[in-house]
Amino acid sequence: MTAYLLKRLAIALITLVLASMVVFAVLEIIPGDPARLMLGMNASADQVELLRNQMGLNAPLAARYLHWAGGLLSLDFGRSYTYSVPVIDLIRERIVVSLPLALIALALSTIIAIPVGLFSAGRHGQAGDTIAMGAAQLGVAVPNFWFALMLIYLFAVWLRLVPAGGFPGWSAGVWPALKSLVLPAIALALPQAAILARVTRSAMIDVLSEDYIRTARAKGLPYRAVLWRHALRNAMIPVLTILGLQFAFLLAGTIIIENVFYLPGLGRLVFQAITQRDLIVVESVVMLLVAAVIAVNLLVDLSYAVVDPRLRSRQ
Amino acid sequence: MSLLEIEKLSLTIGDTPILRDVELSVAPGEVTGLVGESGSGKSITALTVMRLLPWAARASGRVAFDGIDILAASEDQMCALRGDDIGMVFQEPMTALNPVKTIGEQVAEGIRWHTRASRADAEDRARKMLDRVGLPPAQVPLSRYPHELSGGQRQRVVIAIACALKPKLLIADEPTTALDVVLQAQILDLLRDLVAENRMGLLLISHDLAVVTEMAERITILRHGEVMEAGDTARTLSEQLHPYTRQLAQASMHVPARATTHEVGQDNPQLQVAKPLLQGARPLLQVESVTRDYPGRRKSLLKRAAPTRAVDDVSFSIDPGQSVALVGRSGCGKSTLARMVLALDGPTSGTIRFRGEVITGKSEAELKPARRDMQVVFQDPYGSFDPRQKVEKLVAEPLHVLEKKPTDAERREMVAKALHDVGLGPRDMDKYPHEFSGGQRQRLSIARAIITRPKLVVADEPVSALDVSIRAQILDLFAELNQTLGVAYLFITHDLTVARAITDQVMIMHAGKIVERGRTSEVLDHPQSEAAKSLVAAAPDLHRAIARRLQEQG
Repeated sequence: MTAYLLKRLAIALITLVLASMVVFAVLEIIPGDPARLMLGMNASADQVELLRNQMGLNAPLAARYLHWAGGLLSLDFGRSYTYSVPVIDLIRERIVVSLPLALIALALSTIIAIPVGLFSAGRHGQAGDTIAMGAAQLGVAVPNFWFALMLIYLFAVWLRLVPAGGFPGWSAGVWPALKSLVLPAIALALPQAAILARVTRSAMIDVLSEDYIRTARAKGLPYRAVLWRHALRNAMIPVLTILGLQFAFLLAGTIIIENVFYLPGLGRLVFQAITQRDLIVVESVVMLLVAAVIAVNLLVDLSYAVVDPRLRSRQ
Repeated sequence: MSLLEIEKLSLTIGDTPILRDVELSVAPGEVTGLVGESGSGKSITALTVMRLLPWAARASGRVAFDGIDILAASEDQMCALRGDDIGMVFQEPMTALNPVKTIGEQVAEGIRWHTRASRADAEDRARKMLDRVGLPPAQVPLSRYPHELSGGQRQRVVIAIACALKPKLLIADEPTTALDVVLQAQILDLLRDLVAENRMGLLLISHDLAVVTEMAERITILRHGEVMEAGDTARTLSEQLHPYTRQLAQASMHVPARATTHEVGQDNPQLQVAKPLLQGARPLLQVESVTRDYPGRRKSLLKRAAPTRAVDDVSFSIDPGQSVALVGRSGCGKSTLARMVLALDGPTSGTIRFRGEVITGKSEAELKPARRDMQVVFQDPYGSFDPRQKVEKLVAEPLHVLEKKPTDAERREMVAKALHDVGLGPRDMDKYPHEFSGGQRQRLSIARAIITRPKLVVADEPVSALDVSIRAQILDLFAELNQTLGVAYLFITHDLTVARAITDQVMIMHAGKIVERGRTSEVLDHPQSEAAKSLVAAAPDLHRAIARRLQEQG
């Protein structure tokens, strides 16, 4: 078990270092001088040179990488060119929107998907299964922004239960803040739930044909108890894999939904930074997301070992 | 009064009839055997009693257990019966347990469910039950997971689950088929004791007549979903009134007719080295002090457990055309040894010579000529073929080791010839594996093995997945090819009947060593080593079983 943990941890760290090199290199290759961008087209060559020296842009590549990477470790991401504030402040401001949104969406998606997957697998090939999987097919096919618009129309415009967009900030109170996150979370969760339900169903169908399911039934457990107690845990590995991937997507891939709902999240921050060529912000947010994805994957790897005792003893 | 009474049970799945008018009964404290070949409906009959049928199945007739009409009972009633009054043991111990739950949890679960006992009480009962089936908690704690146990231990856990609540009826569906003979004898003893202790009725399902004869007072023989014959075991099998009963009994004792040509000078294993001189011919295969170690499991980052010695200083030789059995319990190292003979694995030390040339430590390219002359037949005719390829391609697979690539026409001709040798027609060439029965598939894998006209065929349990009548045919085929093609065999098996039927010599393997070697009949009739003795004693034998039963009944 310890060996498994250490190996996973080592792989995660190596991945993180490699990813940081790639991110750094890509932004080096992209044309455009950050100093020139910050000072504008009217600045003189001397002024640009001065700023380049101040920003350390004239140092050798390796030195700059180490300086940048060292900064990352102490959460010093540098200053945004366009906002002229430390990047860490921008991220801090945005992550309090994006992280809760992603977590709520993930929870919703899981709460919907697992029972639907179980239901479908239990009625494999019967009417209930066909209907549930038809709905899931629809969920996968329909883009989430369309869901978002329909939800806004129904709950915000028509029923007036929640605001149509914007984010009052957590300072306005937990309830109003949560209220403005509900619709975007649902819009994000539905397509994810559809995918997850399909994965759960097929994993469950595989597991249900196993001999030990028959053994459990022969003990006198009702079918439903067998599904929850014996089948679900064995079907968890593919489900956890997908959950891990979905969390990464929900954290970063919410640009469209954040735009539809005018939410000041990380997705919009990256989007704006890219259009404004605020490379230092792009770099930092991308690194943050990479770290989050790697951390989640590490968590998923560890959860495999929790779920399946065979992984604990195998190398 | 009978505990279980099945009358006129008919069953269909979709439009396919599976059972017709099956009659069967089990009394308390009695063992009833249900025998039949695969597809005869044995397992479906058992699942009907448990009401664990596929949902498309429709049953009619009467199944009464302890006065309860099973076919009409509600699902709740069935849940109350299953695991409490009726227990069931399944064939495949390796997959019958949930891999993510400890054995303690799995045994205690049924106890808690039915008795509403507290966790601690249920665990206590589970501990006692596991102890009763031969898994003392001091050695096998309740916190073990199934993958940490051997096949025999897992089957004991399954029996503990089934018998935890002292059921009135136990249904055992091929409970020992996946186990070696020694484990089989132990498990059968355990079942017999449990029957005697609790006056439990046992419905024992098996394809093995000898096992059923040893265990059951009464026997029911099933074929294509219909009862052929039923009655007192000893009488049914000694009189063999029904032609199908006779056919089954004969097939399970079948010995192919073969001329014994390779017994000169082999009575004494000490003579093996000198014998080639006697015969003036070189041995085909020479294995010289071969050892194979597997690295131990990593305990932590730097420490490893001591390596396991799978094969320990083994030497033997096989002459051209000789048929040798390698017999031993599961895990004794026989498959590892076979892999090294086939140059699929390298020994840690020692050398293997094939046709006088050393084959250990050679590259794939250097091995090509040797590969042409040695082929392999595996146990599972279902698993060893790619279902998406035609027979022509599958049987022609080994041809890539030939010196020059045959043309398409030559290839078809060689395949046709190989198919002919194993009793199939040239038309079978364009079929897919699923179009063949189990026995035909094993013929295909033999055709694949002999297409390069090898000098040596290694057969790893080649008939243990087959029904007795098919097994008899395949054994005949092996015997015939031995005569006509002069091919030598290394038969790996734990089944002594197979060894007796088809081999000149037998080697008994135990804990990585060959502990005894000699003429097959000699070793099996008068075993010398402990390992050989326990194998022979544990092996079910139909003749012996019938005789013992008749004697008991006077």
